[in-house]
Amino acid sequence: MRAPGTAAAPLLEVQGLTKRFGGLVAAKNITFQVRPGEILGLIGPNGSGKSTVMQLIMGLHRPNAGSVHIAGVDVAGWPPHRIARQGVGIVFQHSRPLHRQTVLENIMLGLLPDNLLKVITNRHVHDKARQIAERVGLGGVLNRKPSSLAFADLRRMELAKAIARDPLVVLVDEPFAGLTSGEVAAFSRLIAEFRRDGRAVLLVDHNVKSIAALADRIFAMYLGERIAEGTAEEVTGDPTVRRVYLGGGIDVASRPARTARSTPLLEIQDVSVLYGKAQALDRVAIHVDEGEFVSIVGLNGAGKTTLFNAISGLVPYSGRISWNGSDLRGRSPAAIARGGIVQCPETRELFGDMSVRENLDLAGQHLAAAQAAQQLKWLFDLFPRLRDRERQIARTLSGGEQQMLAIARSLMMRPKLLILDEPTLGLAPLILEQISNALEQLRSNTPITVLLGEQNVTFALPHADRIYVLEHARIVWEGAPSRFAAEAAATYL
Amino acid sequence: MVASRQLWIAFFGLAVLLTLPLWVSAYVLGVLTIAYYFGVFAMSWDLLFGFANEVNFGPTFLIGSGAYAAGLLNAHGVPLWLCLIAGAAAALLGGVVLAVPALRLTGPYFGLSTLVAVLLLQQFIIVFAGSTGGEIGLTMNDILSTEAITNYWYALAFMTVSGAILFALSRSPVGLILQASGQDRFGASALGFNVVKHKLAAFCISAVFSGLAGAMLVFYLGTASVGTVVDVSVGVQVIIAAVLGGRRTIVGAGIGAIFLILAGEALRPLGQLSTFVVSGVALLVILFSVDGLMGLLQRRRDES
Repeated sequence: MRAPGTAAAPLLEVQGLTKRFGGLVAAKNITFQVRPGEILGLIGPNGSGKSTVMQLIMGLHRPNAGSVHIAGVDVAGWPPHRIARQGVGIVFQHSRPLHRQTVLENIMLGLLPDNLLKVITNRHVHDKARQIAERVGLGGVLNRKPSSLAFADLRRMELAKAIARDPLVVLVDEPFAGLTSGEVAAFSRLIAEFRRDGRAVLLVDHNVKSIAALADRIFAMYLGERIAEGTAEEVTGDPTVRRVYLGGGIDVASRPARTARSTPLLEIQDVSVLYGKAQALDRVAIHVDEGEFVSIVGLNGAGKTTLFNAISGLVPYSGRISWNGSDLRGRSPAAIARGGIVQCPETRELFGDMSVRENLDLAGQHLAAAQAAQQLKWLFDLFPRLRDRERQIARTLSGGEQQMLAIARSLMMRPKLLILDEPTLGLAPLILEQISNALEQLRSNTPITVLLGEQNVTFALPHADRIYVLEHARIVWEGAPSRFAAEAAATYL
Repeated sequence: MVASRQLWIAFFGLAVLLTLPLWVSAYVLGVLTIAYYFGVFAMSWDLLFGFANEVNFGPTFLIGSGAYAAGLLNAHGVPLWLCLIAGAAAALLGGVVLAVPALRLTGPYFGLSTLVAVLLLQQFIIVFAGSTGGEIGLTMNDILSTEAITNYWYALAFMTVSGAILFALSRSPVGLILQASGQDRFGASALGFNVVKHKLAAFCISAVFSGLAGAMLVFYLGTASVGTVVDVSVGVQVIIAAVLGGRRTIVGAGIGAIFLILAGEALRPLGQLSTFVVSGVALLVILFSVDGLMGLLQRRRDES
């Protein structure tokens, strides 16, 4: 057992780490240290570069600059298997176990040497695997297949595999995603044991709240850069962090009061979705009135995309989704889209090898020629940038232009309800403003109803009539944008 | 548990095969002899597809390299046993030359490069027809035996030993690492395993057994020809046999190969239709039981 204490030399030392993907700087000059027995929380919103930093440490990407020292040895640029042998273990967020093998065999895998001549299992490996399984609470399911395990037990198995290699440094990706509060407590205890063992632990998560109780220090990132570092309280109180998560002095546009109709345009009651064993949506209930602009705010993984996919008929769900008073269950995704619900997905799904014009024409196939021409003119007025790029191939557009095209293509289908999933993901502030202006025009000049999913509060709040906060598959808050800062901001940090 | 069940199926099947020379004709023994060599082709292929998760579209590149290397050396008077070793070595060498660059590729590109390798080998044989016999084929100086029964024993022993080695490997710690490398490249390397090394080793093992089986087959047939050991359609048959028998089982691949060859022979009276019927049956099994014949057996057991 290694002695804990802050005086000891750091086990993990990241110095000036920089990674560029094309023109995007995913991590810029990141520097931090984790000592034996210390737990560092690495947080940041979607696209902040925290996952990139974790992948750089593990060697899944090669850094452009900087160093990663593991117990004093620089491993930057090494292949992952050598970094693992140097003493880095990772607990993946999603487990991909060997399905034909038992839990015990899956854990044994972590204990095997990387040796081609190793054809006989020795007794010691068996006993060690059993011991680790007991430690993480899998003692009762040793001989079962992973497919019969509960979600939390699958995560325990991932933890066991990481422990098996007795790593000096443990990276844990979203330690508590998809777990119930009881399971969270059990997992916290297991991770806290790493501290006792004298390992250096790096927890990677979206916000401070989820890991505050466990982490000794927090390192916050945004757009690839360090924005704050310190205790959980210090980081939560940091003005930059607050601006990134909550927006600086949130603007709320006033809007004339609308007279609510008796039936909402879209009504979602008690909708739950399971992905295998993970609860992606838990009894969600929301409604959207005609002409309304509703924002659903939530961090990555909260369930926004799942909710939109349920509305579009792309994932099976329990509960009821009604559109104009009639049940959507049993209708095909195509029928739902023809009915007026058009989703502009997070991944944009453009036809990359077609031009801007071809992408738009394709969406306007069902319109009469004159109508299509009129719609196209309106869209080009809404996004003048697209008119300039009319002949350009979609995949060569910038990220912001692609997002404009994705929104324009959805509008080409003349939706009654436009669902926008994370339109701001990875976009520069200037582009955000242009998209924001377009949304404002939609809101004030057209009868189109909009349902926006965002983790960027600054973007989601100004246009919205109403806000829902989605957290860990549940709706935890509903209200007017003006009340958000006072009531919901705390749950969001 | 599953492993021991497969072993019992294998033992029972083997016991039946051992008694066959007592009551079937020399003709049937001849068909089975070919089927057993095909069994080794299919089992070697399953080590790559089932365990390393790499689709080798060119099993006949390895088989053909082994067969022709052995055949050409034999034509120059090299003794038969040495030719067999040389055949295995040639397949290993060809396999390494192909796999080292190809394993850097991911997704379907590995498979495509193996397919191209088969076409190259085929063209090579046709271009150098002077020494390789080209499209007519290469006649061997030696053959394994003139006796049907002796040939039968050679083939059965060869398949049994190869199958046992491949099966044991697949169930060993190395096999476990290989499966992890195949199913989750990042996960396996994060546990400290050199994924490329393990896949390359699997490819080498597959190559040695394929090459040796190819060499044995041509010394049984007495000729080596593109149509029997190199053509893409032969490779497709090997793949169908392995998938039909059941992926990731080794034993299943052997059973699939025997079934495929015997069914083709039994339906020979149908003429051209026989290939059609056999392919149809194979398609049905694959469509309705992704785990092949072994999967069907498994399901029956689970239900009862």
